[in-house]
Amino acid sequence: MKLRVDVMLKDGVLDPQGKAIGHALGHLGFADVGEVRMGKVIELELAETDAVKAVETVRQMAEKLLANLVIEDFKVTVVG
Amino acid sequence: MHTAIVVFPGSNRERDAALALERVTGRKPHIVWHAESTLPKVDLILLPGGFSYGDYLRTGAMAAHAPLMREIKARAAQGVRVWGICNGFQILCESGLLPGVLMRNKSLKFICKPVTLTVENTATPFTTLCHTQQELRLIIAHGDGNYFADRATLDRLEGNGQVAFRYRENPNGSVNDIAGIVNESGNVLGMMPHPEDAVEELQGSTDGRILFESLLKAVA
Repeated sequence: MKLRVDVMLKDGVLDPQGKAIGHALGHLGFADVGEVRMGKVIELELAETDAVKAVETVRQMAEKLLANLVIEDFKVTVVG
Repeated sequence: MHTAIVVFPGSNRERDAALALERVTGRKPHIVWHAESTLPKVDLILLPGGFSYGDYLRTGAMAAHAPLMREIKARAAQGVRVWGICNGFQILCESGLLPGVLMRNKSLKFICKPVTLTVENTATPFTTLCHTQQELRLIIAHGDGNYFADRATLDRLEGNGQVAFRYRENPNGSVNDIAGIVNESGNVLGMMPHPEDAVEELQGSTDGRILFESLLKAVA
């Protein structure tokens, strides 16, 4: 089973990379860009076939390693 | 004073740290590979600067789960001094030995330059020889030194006097100008500037020496 973890900075945490991307898009002529936030996507395969159990396992992985909960939130989705 | 320096794949400041420790203590530190499961009996464990695991995922995130970290946590709980410098500070935060996290510098630039710190707490074993608000001129060399913690954690840090050092002029966006913090019991210190780069005249400053000498006094 393939799962995806989206890791994003929490609301309110300054995201200088997102800001820099936003500025660069402005320089490229995309004038209507508002706030840009940058995150990470991690895809992983598990032998587990039960989606509920797989999501729970990956949630634990995210809490222990994939995300730093001081500054980041995450979302786990089954992709196939 | 017996000391150990922990080396992770990608550490690169261990030799300077070893020279500084040897110069001040008169003893060569043990150099311990991160995959070991045991540590010699020492008074100080130092986590050096560098780019452990290529800073993959987040700085210090992989190293924080290295086999030896379990033993380091146990020793820290027993009161052994643990000192994380630069990447070592990032590892201590990721491992939970220190609160908060080090984010990308606000400017997004890697900054390598001398900065002036003020000593905020002289009651730690790392700063006993300093006077309050003493200024130290040390080098910073990091891309991720922007210290962040939530409001409640910051209030606790400030209230307990856990802020060890502040930048006189904030180079990286750290909250409350924080350059270094200690844990609640004061035996674990994390700091972004490099005191090991300031122990002899040739390096341009000897201001880092006082931290090594404080430790020596505290342990004696």
